[in-house]
Amino acid sequence: MILETLANVLAKNALITAFAFVGILVWVSYYLSDKLTRGHVHGSAIAIAIGLVLAYVGGKYTGGSKGLADVAMLSGVGVMGGAMFRDFAIIATAFGAHIDELKKAGAVGAASIVIGVVLSFTVGAIVAVAFGYTDAVSISTIGAGAATYIVGPVTGTALGASSEVIALSVAAGLTKSVLVMVGTPLVAKRIGLDNPYSAMIYGGLMGTTSGVAAGLAATDPKLVPYGAMTATFYTGVGCLLAPSLLFLIVRMVS
Amino acid sequence: MVIYGVALLSFCMLVGVFVGDILGKLIGVQANVGGVGIAMLLLIFLSNLNDHRLHLGNPTQSGIHFWSAMYIPIVVAMAAKQNVIAALSSGWMAIFAGVAAVIASFLLIPVIARFGPGDQRDT
Repeated sequence: MILETLANVLAKNALITAFAFVGILVWVSYYLSDKLTRGHVHGSAIAIAIGLVLAYVGGKYTGGSKGLADVAMLSGVGVMGGAMFRDFAIIATAFGAHIDELKKAGAVGAASIVIGVVLSFTVGAIVAVAFGYTDAVSISTIGAGAATYIVGPVTGTALGASSEVIALSVAAGLTKSVLVMVGTPLVAKRIGLDNPYSAMIYGGLMGTTSGVAAGLAATDPKLVPYGAMTATFYTGVGCLLAPSLLFLIVRMVS
Repeated sequence: MVIYGVALLSFCMLVGVFVGDILGKLIGVQANVGGVGIAMLLLIFLSNLNDHRLHLGNPTQSGIHFWSAMYIPIVVAMAAKQNVIAALSSGWMAIFAGVAAVIASFLLIPVIARFGPGDQRDT
């Protein structure tokens, strides 16, 4: 009776349960960061990594597509980690960002968005060709998926790609965002990601808002507004270029 | 009042997302173009008007700081709701395309960072 009531309370107050749950998860992560790595690995990097592992476990256990949020008691995690709260918090980080830093990287930051879309698209398209795809529509859709998991299906739908190819493009984009989350703190030093200027270029090149958001949080939270600023333009630019100009180029070449 | 800060933040987000949606429609793509980025610029602009027309008192600021500080926990929750299974179980091509795109992008960051008036460290 007690367990049943408890489960009921947790499920009924889903968002509040999520706050408590994430709070415990973050506490454990910072404890591990301190004790096991003596602070070398950032606590938030550990928290994000544990989050991804739990998402895997949740997905395996429920067979759903929303990771841990498909577990009834933890459905609030989906609300808390959804696009609405994520964007709200990202915007809040801009409070206190320096206008001068933004101006300094303005043109290069904007250019990095276009370069980032074209680069990821090209790499994705080459991989598609290497795996035996020959039609321009499939190649472009998979290339677009390598940009972000939103650009992929938008492009695929616009070009009339098969649902199988669209699913692959989403998977490519998901892989990218997960890898950016995990990989950023590991390579940050080597690629010079330690100032607002390179953070804006990083956001523009990577483009996956969730990947960039988590990657910078785990590297240096002070850089979040700069990376997020350029990253949020990436999907729009991708949806603009992939089904039009980039597709036409692929069709000409193939 | 704390709610003033939260409301200001909400106002920025709604305006930004609205403008982003309109931009997307105008250029004919089915996506929001830079809505969050526009909202961030708007917040920076409004908070820099400070002393003259718009004065943000400490309680008002704390309404914004709270959400800024909630950023990492929200990102942790976001990580926990990703479709990791789909990313890992869709076959090598999708994984390969995603991994290759990330490596290529990482490698290009220091190259592009060399242009422009950015950070002056010697590397």
